[in-house]
Amino acid sequence: MTTPATEYSLAELMICANASAYDNDGEVLVTGIGVLPRIAASLAMLSSNTDIMMTDSEAWLLSEPNPVGKRDADFQPKAETWMGFTRIFDNVWSGRRHLTGGPTQIDRFAQANISALGGDHSKPKVQMLGVRGFPGNSICHANSYLVPMHSKRVFVEGECDVVCTIGYNPDRLPKGYSFDEIDVRQVYTNLGVFDFRGPNRQMQIVSLHPGVTVEEVQENTGFPVHVPASIPTTPAPTEEQLDIIRRIDPHNLRAKQLKDNPPGVRG
Amino acid sequence: MNKEMALQELVGELRDGMTIGIGGWGPRRKPMALIREILKSDLKDLTIVAYGGADVGMLCAAGKVKKVVFAFVSLDFIPLEPYFRQARQNGEIEVMEIDEGMMLLGLRAAAWGCPYIPSRLGLGTDVVNLNPDIKLVDSPYDEKEWLAMPALKLDAALLHVDRADRRGVCQIKGPDVYMDEWMARAADKTIVSCEELVDTEYFAQGDEARYVFWERTMTSAVIPVAGGAHPTSCTPEYGFDVPHFQEYNASAKEGGFEAYFDKYIKGRSEAEYQQAVGGIDAIRQLPLPVY
Repeated sequence: MTTPATEYSLAELMICANASAYDNDGEVLVTGIGVLPRIAASLAMLSSNTDIMMTDSEAWLLSEPNPVGKRDADFQPKAETWMGFTRIFDNVWSGRRHLTGGPTQIDRFAQANISALGGDHSKPKVQMLGVRGFPGNSICHANSYLVPMHSKRVFVEGECDVVCTIGYNPDRLPKGYSFDEIDVRQVYTNLGVFDFRGPNRQMQIVSLHPGVTVEEVQENTGFPVHVPASIPTTPAPTEEQLDIIRRIDPHNLRAKQLKDNPPGVRG
Repeated sequence: MNKEMALQELVGELRDGMTIGIGGWGPRRKPMALIREILKSDLKDLTIVAYGGADVGMLCAAGKVKKVVFAFVSLDFIPLEPYFRQARQNGEIEVMEIDEGMMLLGLRAAAWGCPYIPSRLGLGTDVVNLNPDIKLVDSPYDEKEWLAMPALKLDAALLHVDRADRRGVCQIKGPDVYMDEWMARAADKTIVSCEELVDTEYFAQGDEARYVFWERTMTSAVIPVAGGAHPTSCTPEYGFDVPHFQEYNASAKEGGFEAYFDKYIKGRSEAEYQQAVGGIDAIRQLPLPVY
């Protein structure tokens, strides 16, 4: 039996929403980049999809996820396979992977940016990470995104300053490809859960977190969001999920990921 | 064949305008002692191919770089490399910005003697638009277009390993080889610094030979430099130097690279560098990172 929790943080709500991304993935490599996505992937592996494969974020595949943050000196990770970067690429290219990342920009075509902002590519206003593995990830396997602060700075009006991922822009579709091959799965923000399965692959609301309104979402998004006829509230974490989260994150790093660590149900 | 070389001989092996691959990944197992030799030299106009960290940042800050081939330049726990960032934002360097996996394919193409490897990676993104040199090709086997990742042929590869013998047999005990093997195979000459110079017999013990990932034909020169990856990590020997990286990062805001360079590198031998950062024993004590 599961018991819905009555008290939980917004970070914990987002973790549980993100964990549900992997429910029907079967046996794939799951990567959560950043604290909340990593806890979410670990939660999924310990509850809703025990077939998931996860790494230690260094070079080993684990049969049980490592807790995040500092661990006891005698902690023994449960490694099962060597998984250096070349082998990560083998998994990426096989398509059997689902990643949740945290881009700086997402546009109406579901394209994402982590590379640079503004200016010209020869002289960007703000150099960020570079495209990293995002281009390859986006054309090879499923990708979800977690956005801690839903705003027009993230969900931009035009295209991303640097388009790091293939999305659903008809002008960029390579010859011979179909958008059915591109799998942008879900987006988890502090306001709700979204996907790109609205009319003509428009971003749409999947659920809203407790107390969040459609207007608030639209005001903070740089492009029109599709509003379905009925919008559920994002399900509360269960007590069982919160127990697992506390084990995965014993130092409560999740409390430091969102400004002021707001509660899941607005006061 | 004895491939042992002195650190001071490195620069004589390199030329202005060369394309140089640098092993390691972000703040992990970078051949930093070799980089410091280049920083002290007159070399210029280099094209750098790397999974970049402070190696790329320092070379850019010192004006050694014409072009960087990169997917990221990062110190991991400090996500943005401060001097690479400055060089980009000042428009000082040319770039070829590509996907992490594309770089591996480019190195493999060079290693295998292919002009390119067809791939899906990068299609539909700005990687195609921003790199007019990267062509799309039709396949003889299907109706799709493919990105033809060109060979990334290296004039030289610079790598840091745990152990090597004088013949160029190199051992890496850390959990990841990164792309070092492919850098070695893609390069005309591969110059390796090592924590420890060992006799050939060492590799015959137990399973030591299993930690050798390329053959000695791929290694041109071996330079023994214990602690030579500092301030990056050389797992399992030592972790990265967090306070040192923090100071390096802060120098970009105050003082600039020149202040960092003057304090630690300018006019100093590697032994003097190590003294300035606390000594080889302190380097060996640096805690391994927890991921």
